Amino acid sequence: MNYLEINNVSKTYGTKKVLNDISIKVPKQSIYGLLGPNGAGKTTLIRILNQITMPDSGQVLLDGNPLSPNDIAKIGYLPEERGLYKKMKVGEQAIYLAQLKGMDRKEADKRLRQWFVKFDIANWWDKKVEELSKGMQQKVQFIVTVIHEPKLLIFDEPFSGFDPINVNLLKNEILELREKGSTILFSTHNMSSVEELCDNIMLINKGEKILEGSVYDIKQRFKNHTYDVVYKPFDGSEEQHLTVNSTNPNELIRDIIEKGKLVSFNEILPSMNEIFINLVSSSNQ
Amino acid sequence: MRIGIIIEREYLTRVKKRSFLLITFLAPLFFAALMFLPAILMTNSEKFETKKIIAVCDESTLFNGKLENTDANTFIYIDKSIDEAKQLVKDGVYDGVLYIPGTKLTVPTNAELYSIKQQPMTLTSHIRSSMKQIVEHQKLMSSGIDPAIVKASATTINIQQIKMNEKEGGEQKSFSEFEFLLGLILALIIYFVIFIFGSQVMRGVIEEKTNRIIEVIVSSVKPFELMMGKIIGIALVGLTQFLLWGVLTLAISGIASAFLPTQDVFSAGTVMSEQITEAGINPNNPDTLTEVFEIIHSINFKDILWCFLLYFIGGYFLYSAMFAAIGAAVDNETDTQQFVTPISLLLVIPMVCSSIISTAPDSSFALWMSMIPFTSPVGMMLRIPFGVPIWQVVLSVALLYATFIVFTWLASKVYRTGILMYGKKVSWKEIFKWIKY
Repeated sequence: MNYLEINNVSKTYGTKKVLNDISIKVPKQSIYGLLGPNGAGKTTLIRILNQITMPDSGQVLLDGNPLSPNDIAKIGYLPEERGLYKKMKVGEQAIYLAQLKGMDRKEADKRLRQWFVKFDIANWWDKKVEELSKGMQQKVQFIVTVIHEPKLLIFDEPFSGFDPINVNLLKNEILELREKGSTILFSTHNMSSVEELCDNIMLINKGEKILEGSVYDIKQRFKNHTYDVVYKPFDGSEEQHLTVNSTNPNELIRDIIEKGKLVSFNEILPSMNEIFINLVSSSNQ
Repeated sequence: MRIGIIIEREYLTRVKKRSFLLITFLAPLFFAALMFLPAILMTNSEKFETKKIIAVCDESTLFNGKLENTDANTFIYIDKSIDEAKQLVKDGVYDGVLYIPGTKLTVPTNAELYSIKQQPMTLTSHIRSSMKQIVEHQKLMSSGIDPAIVKASATTINIQQIKMNEKEGGEQKSFSEFEFLLGLILALIIYFVIFIFGSQVMRGVIEEKTNRIIEVIVSSVKPFELMMGKIIGIALVGLTQFLLWGVLTLAISGIASAFLPTQDVFSAGTVMSEQITEAGINPNNPDTLTEVFEIIHSINFKDILWCFLLYFIGGYFLYSAMFAAIGAAVDNETDTQQFVTPISLLLVIPMVCSSIISTAPDSSFALWMSMIPFTSPVGMMLRIPFGVPIWQVVLSVALLYATFIVFTWLASKVYRTGILMYGKKVSWKEIFKWIKY
């Protein structure tokens, strides 16, 4: 079942077509990667989901129903360009933002304190935001995004500004949120995190969808039948590393086992990074 | 209600600020000081001054023994040449020497006051008035006129303007100088308040835009709710400040007048009325003073206060909606000027023309100024103490509020587009394009 469906959404600013007939289906409890170069239209699409902008045409279905103002509480959004009120106290501010998402003040206070303990930032509650480092502020922003337990989470470059330890913490949180039932839309340029986290992706460029599917299928589709082979020749010489192109791996293996002892045989799948670069540059031509 | 949460935050973060508390509590002290300090200083100033001895070197002999001594000054007549007298001042025998040149045959009109230290104004004015009296007396006597007759013939003519009230048939004494002053004060307050709180709205919007919290917030609430929440929250801050100022000023003046002898408070009144004197009121004339009080009682302060609040709210909302749109359109405060200036001019016009409006409050120019919604908050405040027909007030307020609704709607469109637009130098043309989106 799809939790989120975008059907034929288009958006034009002036004469510039920012989104052209975009459709995606995001299965429930999956992580969906929204990929594309800068200016591809990702932010516009995300803003449409958040009802900040209205599409010129097309429809967005959330849990089978057209998007309505009441859905705001079901969505958690961590924008790429994010900030907090500098002069406000951390806890006070987090409660304010949770209240805007429709939470009750007491409930927000209680849950926030739990999250602050979990993220090891409980002693920042009464500090002003301007006293925190950028990474610390990011933690607060993450908590504020998920505090109302939204069914749909939208993360735009969630890892930027985090150190590797906190990136790991965040990745685990995101995976845990999925386990708990959230559907996650994930926009990033960081391809390794896409491979690590995403179940499905869509690649857009200049407002057009140029690729869609599961990460596994896409890799299969773009593989160029390259194999990494290691074997130890029978004559007792050094182990051999080969990178071979072949449409018939059985034949290749047969050839190798005649020459020596097969140590390892791996298909080299293209990285998402390569697929991204190849597709975007070819679609730009 | 989400807008309630926004209003609460906008209000509380501002009211809790140290600068707000400071201004709220210090300003009434300042007002009170302004009211009472002159009185305290004036009544006590002579006590602070040491008694001065002024030598009088009078070549005309006209003033011998005639200059009155005061608490602060003693005049001593010496029969010495001016050069000798100056030497005595240098030696410190006298604080100064008043030299009146001339002969016994001429009537002197000039005098010179020599001293080491600068002498206070009170001394020179005392000398001037004393000499004037003596010389005038002398002139009258030499023409064979009894000065007493002249004194008796002095007459002051008072012209009372009576405003005829068509409906109730009652008549009120009108006193345009007082009304002029009241109108000016009200207009000035409304003018400053609109700018002070309007620019707070603008700065608040810019803050949200530059620290990039805006995108998180508009994913939770509509931009219009955020804009209105901010405008209303800041309006409440303004009203709170007025209320506290009013209460505190009354409290402080109450305490102060309890500690000061009544005479001092009365003289504080005369200090203030010195400015009124220029407008034609003679505070030394007891009749005029009671008349002033009569006028004060005759003016309907309750109605004026209501009008003030109506125009403050309408004018503030109209301008702050525009200021919010400007804040949303720019990336930082330095870029605001090109938009703020033309909008401010709309409010500056009636302020600049205040004397034209007040001198002819029923002229068509004044009427227009109090009808056009952009100028009416100031324009009407200038006119209101003179009495404005009720239909004009109703029409003007209706126009103001209609315009503020339209402009809030337009501003929200600019705001909605602007807050998510970064790194773009925005022009007027661009803003009009956003309205059409």
